Amino acid sequence: MAVSTEPATERPTETHAIAGDRRHRAARTTWGLIMLLALVSVAGLNVGAAGASIGDVIAAVFSDKELSLTDRVVLLDIRLPRLALGLLVGASLAVSGAVMQGLFRNPLADPGLVGVSAGAGLGAIVAIVLGTALPLGQALGHYVVPVAAFLGGWISTLVLYRISTRNGRTSVAVMLLAGIALGALAGALSGILVYMANDAQLRDLTFWGLGSLAGATWAKVGAAAPLILLALAAAPFLARSLNALALGEASAAHLGIPVQRMKSIAIMTVAGATGAAVAVSGGIGFIGIVVPHLLRIAVGPDHRYLLLNAALLGAALLVGADMISRSIIAPAELPIGIVTATIGGPFFLWILLRNRGLLDM
Amino acid sequence: MLEARDIGVVLGTRAVLAGVAFQALPGQLTAIVGPNGSGKTTLLRALTLDVAYSGQITLDGEDLRQLKPWVLAARRAVLPQATRLAFPFTVYEVVSLGLSAGIDAGRDHLIPEALAAVGMAGFAGRFFQELSGGEQQRVQLARVLVQVWEPVVEGRPSWLFLDEPVASLDIGHQLEVMQLARSYAEAGGGVVAVMHDLNLTAMFADSVAMLHDGKIMHQGVHQEVLTDDALSLAYGCRLRVNTVPPTGGTYVLPHSAAAP
Repeated sequence: MAVSTEPATERPTETHAIAGDRRHRAARTTWGLIMLLALVSVAGLNVGAAGASIGDVIAAVFSDKELSLTDRVVLLDIRLPRLALGLLVGASLAVSGAVMQGLFRNPLADPGLVGVSAGAGLGAIVAIVLGTALPLGQALGHYVVPVAAFLGGWISTLVLYRISTRNGRTSVAVMLLAGIALGALAGALSGILVYMANDAQLRDLTFWGLGSLAGATWAKVGAAAPLILLALAAAPFLARSLNALALGEASAAHLGIPVQRMKSIAIMTVAGATGAAVAVSGGIGFIGIVVPHLLRIAVGPDHRYLLLNAALLGAALLVGADMISRSIIAPAELPIGIVTATIGGPFFLWILLRNRGLLDM
Repeated sequence: MLEARDIGVVLGTRAVLAGVAFQALPGQLTAIVGPNGSGKTTLLRALTLDVAYSGQITLDGEDLRQLKPWVLAARRAVLPQATRLAFPFTVYEVVSLGLSAGIDAGRDHLIPEALAAVGMAGFAGRFFQELSGGEQQRVQLARVLVQVWEPVVEGRPSWLFLDEPVASLDIGHQLEVMQLARSYAEAGGGVVAVMHDLNLTAMFADSVAMLHDGKIMHQGVHQEVLTDDALSLAYGCRLRVNTVPPTGGTYVLPHSAAAP
């Protein structure tokens, strides 16, 4: 028997954590991320082309001076909904990435990379162009775009899973290649729809397609929030199952996980979170792959902590990226997709380099 | 008692198992042996509900297919042949996955105990993916052990299903793991193991089921099942069973095939 130099159970740290047990570290990380998120949120409210700041609000509260109408509009009707949308979208992108990676048992699965976002985008475009002509289109009102995006994302996730998983094993190569094909197909169909669109719809599509939080309104927040909150609420119930699934489908079943049901819920969760995010923000890439990867390095892959931490870090990262996109060429704005891709692209290549030997292509 | 009656399994178009009857008693180590492709692993996969089967399997009187996954998970654990992990879990975290099957919390102390039992004490902080094949196999065994730690729960036996538990181990650890399975059975639990090593089978198994071409040739104590004729027929080569006089233990000598 090989003998380790470390004692069997204890490592000399202040919490007397057991070697290999990273739960304390994960919990500490959660507190750190909550503080980071609070800081970034306050900064997000403060930063912008107009001069309004939280300082003004506080000064107004403690003096007789009224907050000016401009400041009120800037803070309450422009920056606050934008912050809310950033938090929701960031959290849902990161969580859908983490759930998808757990489901596919692969750290490279990401809704943006494997055609799920493209499918959701197609759904959104269908809703924008055909809108009220769709069955239920009238009844759904504001929700028609997020719901259509969810359906598009759901169908593409289902197809992708069917194609790339056989006998409980997922092939990375097949998954990525099928994702390329699905993305191309969704792109082509979207192109046809854009061709059919009238001028007003084209304007909507262009704004939507920029991949941006610009034009955030409370109405948009309200349209996306139910789906995103539902998906975020479902995620914690998947945590134990996703942990077990890391051992493979058969072993997960032996551990008492109802595997088929759990997979269906995971696919719905990914589609709901991705669809709603895509519907209100276009395609914002790389959050879903960067955030879970960083957290796995920091606190390990246990989904009971990974999912919550991913929601927090994703929200903080997106609000931070939005701040950069608003201030770097102020008063103009850089689409946030450009910011996340500039940071995320090189990061993704770094992940690939690190994992080259491990990938079973 | 685990009882399988008239089990048939078809994979693709091939009938891998047909008309198989199999029994395992609590308090015993039951081995499934047979040549490659005889259906050993498929039989174990039917017994653990991994493949669809015809016929009936009951565990302590209850139809396996009627039991909820989590109820079953509290009563039996399954060790696969090899496990590839998708993410960088530590050894501690892998073993703790075995605890997630149970309902009662606060059993974390079992993790170091189980690791010590499989000779992996001190490995808790290491990354699973960085271990050797044999070490990974023993960590998986620790995970399986914590899932059904008590061999008997409220008068009902717990069960271990092991698919070639010693295949990637050195001889010392082979004995250690077989001893562990043996004492689990002696404490009242049931153990069913697919075995390649006939010598270890003869040393440790209370009951041996020999498969050949998807059928059970014979099930019983090893002296009845592991005979010259049966082994030679099943494995397609001449084998002779011998015993060492002082202890009377059975051993299999492949060299005798060369002699006339």
